[in-house]
Amino acid sequence: MKFVIVGCGRVGASVANAYDLAGHEVVILDIITNAFDRLPSSFGGQAIRGDGTDEDVLRRVGTASADVFIALTEGDNRNIMAAQLAAEALGVGKVIAKINDPVRATAYAELGIATLCRTGLMMDAIDAHLDLPLSDLPGMLAPKGHHHGPGHEPAAAVIAPTSTQEG
Amino acid sequence: MFVLVVGGGKVGYYLAKELVESGHEVALMEKDPRRAKQIADEIGSIVIGHDGCEGKYLGEAGCNRADVVAAVTGDDEDNLVICQMAKHHFDVPRTIARVNNPKNEALFRHLGVDELISPTRMILGSIEQDIPVHELLHLAALGEGELELIEAHLQAGSPAIGRAPKDLAIPEGCSLFAVIRDGVATPLRPDTVMLEGDKVIAIGRQDCQELLHDQLIGDPEAAPAS
Repeated sequence: MKFVIVGCGRVGASVANAYDLAGHEVVILDIITNAFDRLPSSFGGQAIRGDGTDEDVLRRVGTASADVFIALTEGDNRNIMAAQLAAEALGVGKVIAKINDPVRATAYAELGIATLCRTGLMMDAIDAHLDLPLSDLPGMLAPKGHHHGPGHEPAAAVIAPTSTQEG
Repeated sequence: MFVLVVGGGKVGYYLAKELVESGHEVALMEKDPRRAKQIADEIGSIVIGHDGCEGKYLGEAGCNRADVVAAVTGDDEDNLVICQMAKHHFDVPRTIARVNNPKNEALFRHLGVDELISPTRMILGSIEQDIPVHELLHLAALGEGELELIEAHLQAGSPAIGRAPKDLAIPEGCSLFAVIRDGVATPLRPDTVMLEGDKVIAIGRQDCQELLHDQLIGDPEAAPAS
């Protein structure tokens, strides 16, 4: 399979290296060249400096022919935008975005991208270790809908609006 | 009307201020607490010192009862996410995004942002109006953004010169409606003959602009030397 990964942090570098070792074709992008120092010297994939939220850059690195696209930068919104470009503009079938805000993680799963929420995953890992009941936060969510498909559940009701506060 | 403005830079600040002065209910979200405090000191307690990209804080700001959400931060990815959360998660009827990189316009439209404001595109448009170009000028986006108000400057080589709209193959989905000649705008009728130097104003769908270009601009390289 061909993987395009955006963000060469600890997680991105580990994922890229693991899939490279497993024999897959891997392209990893980061806007900072130094980030690629996290990859081992044995890394056999392509490490390319570029902005994963730029459609032209994604096109140039061959995202259109990727089987899997994973956005793992530090910014939730950058991951969301990169993932939507891959899914909507470049037609990648399997798209995963790391989104640490549980509300956004749930919302974007409903809009058609798989989301990975570290907050929920860690919470559940801690709960499991302590033998406590698991949280109801999202962890890894499969896509449930499409961004312009019908039937968006307005989940706004779960968040009670409070009075305007001063900053 | 309740308007939620996200981003307390220059644009967000003046926008919120103007809206308050016109009597609207306004909440302004600015994630930098110092900037939020500064704005609150000037225009009152409508400022929420939290990140408007976070679902929790959008909810607390009353996003689910907003009539309009305007995302005007300096980062396109943030503006996109704010509008999508507002639209799909909080059912806000109208979302407006500032788009800094014109390349992102198509994606934003496709993903359901109702209105796009692109300062880069606007300035580019103004510059292009002052220099001769062999392209259609995009004056404004209309409706859901699928229609555009277009200006075509008829120069030597244009197949439209000396002909009337009824003699041209105007693509379906396009409408020529006015001509500006010597600074005077007049309605363009099916039998109005167009002259070199005319500026033709049209409304057209984005997908038929190539055909419109062929009819009104033509191939300037092929112009006979005059």
